[in-house]
Amino acid sequence: MARWQQYALFAVWLILLASTPLWASNYIVRLAITIAMFTALTLSWNFIGGFAGYPSFSTAAFFGLGCYAGALAQRAGVPMVLAWAIATLFVGAFAAALGAIILRLRGHYFAIGSIGVVEVVRLVVSSWGSLTGGGDGLNLPLLSGGPNAVARIFLLVMIVIMLAAFLATVVVDRSRLGFGLRCIQQNEDAANMVGVNTTRYKIIAYTLSALFCGTVGAAYASWTGYIDPTESFSILLSIKIPVMCLLGGPGSVLGPIIGTAAFTLLEELFWANFLDYNRAILGAVIVILIFFLPGGLLAISYRDIAARIASLSRPRKAAA
Amino acid sequence: MGLLQTLVNGIVLGGLYSCLAVGFSLVWGVLNVVNMLHGSLIILGGYITYFAWHSYGIHPLFALPAVALLMYLLGYVTQLLMINRVVSQPVLTTMTLTFGLDLILYNFMTVYYSATPRRITLDLGAIDLGGIAIPVDRLLGMVLAFGLTGMLYLVMRRSRIGRAIVAVRMDSAAAALMGIKVDRIYAITFGIGALMAGATGVIFAMVYPVTTNLSATYLGKAFVVCIIGGLGSVPGALVGGIVLGVIESFAGQAFGPQHALTVGFLLMLVLLVVKPTGLVGIKGYE
Repeated sequence: MARWQQYALFAVWLILLASTPLWASNYIVRLAITIAMFTALTLSWNFIGGFAGYPSFSTAAFFGLGCYAGALAQRAGVPMVLAWAIATLFVGAFAAALGAIILRLRGHYFAIGSIGVVEVVRLVVSSWGSLTGGGDGLNLPLLSGGPNAVARIFLLVMIVIMLAAFLATVVVDRSRLGFGLRCIQQNEDAANMVGVNTTRYKIIAYTLSALFCGTVGAAYASWTGYIDPTESFSILLSIKIPVMCLLGGPGSVLGPIIGTAAFTLLEELFWANFLDYNRAILGAVIVILIFFLPGGLLAISYRDIAARIASLSRPRKAAA
Repeated sequence: MGLLQTLVNGIVLGGLYSCLAVGFSLVWGVLNVVNMLHGSLIILGGYITYFAWHSYGIHPLFALPAVALLMYLLGYVTQLLMINRVVSQPVLTTMTLTFGLDLILYNFMTVYYSATPRRITLDLGAIDLGGIAIPVDRLLGMVLAFGLTGMLYLVMRRSRIGRAIVAVRMDSAAAALMGIKVDRIYAITFGIGALMAGATGVIFAMVYPVTTNLSATYLGKAFVVCIIGGLGSVPGALVGGIVLGVIESFAGQAFGPQHALTVGFLLMLVLLVVKPTGLVGIKGYE
């Protein structure tokens, strides 16, 4: 697909999501908010997991820290939007410092380390009761204006964050940084040898993968009005986001968006019908994805499939 | 509580941790797969034991061999049919796949058994050794854990299968050239991993409540023990388990039990960065 086609497709999708309050029910608007939110998270993960190929499972740590940083700033009297900015910067700085340490690890060790970070942050937040309210969680002031108006505001907010993440992806995709990250993904030692500053590039990618998670987390906290450690630092989030990205096609511009849309709609469909089995269904999606869609939805050759279907529907010649 | 009591508690706990982690470590070392299923397999073993005890009155000690065999078969088949297909792919793929399988297993266990904690009460009391009290069920668990871990060590060293597993761990291509069926060894290794998980489940069912809520905690412990001790060797898991047990015991004493877990994870992160090969170091699975 040519670049302009990809951008056009994204623009159509964005307008479709943004216009939901005009033509759809509140349920659909809520779904659109969720999709925009998860798309921003998946696009973020794509920097480190897709471009650089590092199996990072620390999304939940960034998201949860964003929730808490935003919530604490807001409770301290900082205006809402400023609180989101503070959360973004805080999470970005946290990721840069953390990245400098754990990006020295590779493969399984990095994966385990990134899961360990989620656990440590969650445990610290839930046991630091005096600051974070511990297991009781934190309440936030809700926006006034009734649920419909609030939903519209947060739909817009999430879409703006998604757009920002997308623009960052486009810039990275077309720049030296994106090229260097792809080199790292293919062969880190060789990339290092030909002059890619691998450490710096990886830290930038890791920080980028955290920034928008921080914003999304803070905005999510303001939206729901209540956060607690179990919900904010859910390890399920850390696995869902990479799965969405893998479903679409990691390392591409459009992959995370398609993957998130497909996954969220699928999940919504199953949640409505089989509430007890939502984890198993996520598991089944993973198994199918790994075995039958190794490159994601974008890697399928739709032209071949169309040709095959066309040849099936054509009347067969009489068998000799 | 005296210092000695805390130390003994830690060692008893450490024995259980070693048993928990040794199967996980073996699979990671030989297959290069981080087995996210491990926690749920332990819980599954625990449930089977609980229901054997609750419905038929079978003592957990007698259930142990049956559970172990069952889990071995389950692990063997899982590896043969599923994981072998992706075993040589990047970390992200294998980890995501085992996590997906974990979600499926977890979900079915939660639906069929519900998350209510269940407990096997053996009422064995405690013994008193010069002022140090040790609950008998935990002591029994520790003895079993050390016994099983030791047995695994012997199997690795003495049996033909064990030597084949070590060979595959060292160099799977060369092992294949020597006539070892690598796919089968992978399946056997995963089976042993599941067997140890099931046996751990039996032991834990006697000491802790059985509930699916604990599966992530157990998996986390397995991570920490493996990183502390060093990957893929029985002595590594043994050292890692005991070190973690003792540290958690003292940390719980000093900062309160809710922080014991945090200290373990922090130790893991520090060790990952400072000495990723663990305290024992990475060697062949000798």
